[in-house]
Amino acid sequence: MSAYLLRRVLYAIPILIGVNLLTFVLFFVVNSPDDMARMHLGVKRVTPAAIEEWKRERGYDRPLLYNERGEGLARFTDTIFFQKSLALFRFDFGTSDSGRDIGYDISQRMWPSLAIAVPTLLVGLALNVTLALTLVFFRATYVDFWGLVGLVALMSISGLFYIIGGQYLVGKLLHLVPISGYDTGLAAAKFLILPVVVGVVSGIGSGGRWYRTLFLEEVGKDYVRTARAKGLGEARVMFGHVFRNALIPILTGVVVILPLLFMGSLIVESFFGIPGLGSYTIDAIQRQDFAIVRAMVFLGSVLYILGLILTDISYTLVDPRVRLE
Amino acid sequence: MRPWVAPILLLCLWGLAGCDDGPWNDPYPASEAGRAIYYSAFTERPKHLDPARSYSANEYQFIAQIYEPPLQYHFLLRPYRLVPRTLERVPAPRYLNAAGEPLPPDAPEAEVAFTDYLLQLRPGIHYQPHPAFARDAQGGYLYYPLAPGIRDGLHSPADLPVTGTRELTAADYAYEIKRLAVPWLHSPIAGLMGEHIQGFADFSERVRGLRPRPGEWLDLREIPMRGVRVEGRYRLRIRIRGKYRQFLYWLAMPFFAPMPWEADRFYAQPGLKERNISLDWFPVGTGPYRLTENNPNLRMVLERNPHFHRETYPAEGMPGDRAAGLLADAGRPLPFVDKAVYSLEKENIPYWNKFLQGYYDASGIGSDSFDQAIRFGAGGEARLTPALKAKGIRLTTAVTTSIYYFGFNMKDPVVGGYGRRARLLRRAVAIALDYEEYISIFANGRGRVAQGPIPPGIFGYREGEAGIDPYVYTWAGGRAQRRSIAEARALLARAGYPGGRDPATGRPLVLYYDTPASGPDGKARLAWMRKQFARLGIQLVVRASDYNRFQEKMRKGTAQTFSWGWNADYPDPENFLFLLYGPNGKVDHGGENAANYARPEFDRLFERMRNLDDGPERQALIDRMLEIARRDAPWAWGYYPVAYSLSHAWLGNAKPNLMANDTLKYRRIDPRLRAASRRAWNPPLLWPLGLALAALVAALLPALRLYRRRERETAR
Repeated sequence: MSAYLLRRVLYAIPILIGVNLLTFVLFFVVNSPDDMARMHLGVKRVTPAAIEEWKRERGYDRPLLYNERGEGLARFTDTIFFQKSLALFRFDFGTSDSGRDIGYDISQRMWPSLAIAVPTLLVGLALNVTLALTLVFFRATYVDFWGLVGLVALMSISGLFYIIGGQYLVGKLLHLVPISGYDTGLAAAKFLILPVVVGVVSGIGSGGRWYRTLFLEEVGKDYVRTARAKGLGEARVMFGHVFRNALIPILTGVVVILPLLFMGSLIVESFFGIPGLGSYTIDAIQRQDFAIVRAMVFLGSVLYILGLILTDISYTLVDPRVRLE
Repeated sequence: MRPWVAPILLLCLWGLAGCDDGPWNDPYPASEAGRAIYYSAFTERPKHLDPARSYSANEYQFIAQIYEPPLQYHFLLRPYRLVPRTLERVPAPRYLNAAGEPLPPDAPEAEVAFTDYLLQLRPGIHYQPHPAFARDAQGGYLYYPLAPGIRDGLHSPADLPVTGTRELTAADYAYEIKRLAVPWLHSPIAGLMGEHIQGFADFSERVRGLRPRPGEWLDLREIPMRGVRVEGRYRLRIRIRGKYRQFLYWLAMPFFAPMPWEADRFYAQPGLKERNISLDWFPVGTGPYRLTENNPNLRMVLERNPHFHRETYPAEGMPGDRAAGLLADAGRPLPFVDKAVYSLEKENIPYWNKFLQGYYDASGIGSDSFDQAIRFGAGGEARLTPALKAKGIRLTTAVTTSIYYFGFNMKDPVVGGYGRRARLLRRAVAIALDYEEYISIFANGRGRVAQGPIPPGIFGYREGEAGIDPYVYTWAGGRAQRRSIAEARALLARAGYPGGRDPATGRPLVLYYDTPASGPDGKARLAWMRKQFARLGIQLVVRASDYNRFQEKMRKGTAQTFSWGWNADYPDPENFLFLLYGPNGKVDHGGENAANYARPEFDRLFERMRNLDDGPERQALIDRMLEIARRDAPWAWGYYPVAYSLSHAWLGNAKPNLMANDTLKYRRIDPRLRAASRRAWNPPLLWPLGLALAALVAALLPALRLYRRRERETAR
């Protein structure tokens, strides 16, 4: 397995370079270093000299990808792309274009993201699996039919509607929890209820349907018939056999997103005022802070690759027939 | 679901709500209940809290309460008036000739080589507690240098247990002016001040090569600036080249707040910037408040500065202020509020709902909540809806010192230039752009149609018939009436475009409109804009782009027509008329004159007007300038936005002051009324949850019966 993992890590390097290059190109197609300087220096009374000084200080006065004036390797290394990308591979995120330590900001902001994402994932997973198993259990009855209709309806609604509707219903009409906000420590709990509920409810439609399909595929297999023939109760058949055998596709979906939980949710965090990494990223995009955008995309890519590797490993844990070689 | 689950869930909810009798949805800790705390929000995290760099309203809402520039605007009086803040008096200009000899106050501008401003500070003003001032028993600085052991665990200056203070001196103001000139601090007004303060640009060049390495400090006290001289502990002289009467307004902005050298040295220590501990994030001021929680991702908290000097609520106001209760606190020491909590609230909907629930003390009105808040009466006056009135919410309106305008690029071969053809074309467009309709549709009526670049409340603005643009309006029935579209078409025909057709091609004249507008709202605006031009037979081609590209086009002068706006730095006509001053042209000089209007006659009048005191002579010059600009029509004047503000009954002294940013110290809170209102407005409603639960159970019961039957069948 070690050789396999090493190979996967080595594969990751060109992928990360490619992602980095793509981010760089996309960012600088939309923004020029001059735009970034203007955004950071403000729109009023900014002189060309101040813009040049800002770019020079942050190394944005170099050519983007190819330095015609350089010699030899310097044609590629004395560029914004090379100078800004190299440190990322050492996980040195440096400082944002507004001068803040990105590594420190990430370490602070990942906790609120996790505080929402982990309960949303766990509660959502438990609820979706239970719901899907229930629907499969009652297949070909009114419960399955109307359940499926409900799931499709839930899938068809925009995520934004859940957020605004949740805030309106739970926060504004019922007055049960704060509409938005966040706090540190245990005081954060009352601010997490609503985003977690919204996250879970908005995921029921697609999650429930997906798991229902998986379980339906399993429930018609021979081993299920054998289990029933042995006299097992339906609940035991469902949760003890069908569920365990459907774990591989479930794991594929779940383990791969585990590392990405750090990255937070762009919209949920923005609407609920949660100071997580999702809102950090969207702020950086709006403020044209390339240092943060680059760091967050890089981190997201690393975590995604990590998620895929973890998924592979998890296969070996749930299915003894799988070997990583 | 087990029958005990629901009660446990409800118990948990109750527990999380703080186990008190307060509302469950209260976002604030129970410990804050009943205290005189002002609750507000910020929508965008501040970029800079360093007064040398900060230049936006969302940053000023914090630093203007912390830093004290020498002057401030009177809270109640209108037109806006400068009054001392840390000074004994507002400094009077002293004019000097080239030899440095004094000149009389009425000396001709041509003879005035320099102007001196003498700033006389009030003694006894002290800085907020800060570790930069902390000293040990021997008088040495406790935290300079910082021991590595202490530094490593530091995340905020507040982590250091010992603080100190010291008295404000004139040298601190001098230090800050020097900071404005330091190239690596990127002060946005460095270029402007370089033109006015003697020796400023030289100083800037001198320190350019002295940039300290990370962890080192450059002591600016050692480097003199010719125009800034400390003449005693409480006396500072600033020398300006020539006359620049607007300099006093700059002295009311945070750029000129005092900076203690100890703070600059403290934050320059190795390892602090890497921990985001810098002047840009942790201000040190003498103002009524200090920043005690700095979490721009979540919350910013200001608390009363224990060393704040004596300042009292103003005793003089405008007619009507006394009746409105705005003079009830006259003579009382400021500030009234102990603490101000600003929460990050990026979206309008949660902000608005929390305001209605009583969790924010004041609010603006977004376009999506406008109908919930405002009804217009038969006379067009804005009134609160009954629902808001019932909550005791108050509405205040004020015309802002801003303008949104439609501009023509005067360098463009079709719409630009100063010939008859182009002038008539621009005038026709100015008539056709029905800004009354625009304000009604897109600004919910919150605007006043502009008749020139100067908004109401600024010297030079004229009300009534004397103030209208006669090329676009007529005066009839006691009010300004936009000229008819027929007149606009006639002008267009005289310009050589009969029926809006270009004689060269025989097709409709095509004009190009550059805008950064996007999104559904933007589309509606653009459709409206096209419709206005279509009334003249002109085809408008919209070139929408992002704001970066739009700015680039404006800098290069490739835009033909555009919309833009300006928000005043200070309440002086110069700050609006300079938007049409030739040497301020965007393409040629990188200035704010986006239309690139350049009329030598206008420029000459501007140069005479800008340094005159308000009075008949200045008004006459402004009238002549406006006549020239109206005749040339480089802008269709657009409109002046009107700000609508809502405040709860428990918030006192909430008069809007659009120039002052330091108004928190005047605010008053009635915490008992607020607590009672919050309880009354936010009772938790549980029965809908119970109902939903019952419905779910009822829906599942037949299924459960089916399940049991199946189980039994299996068992058989």
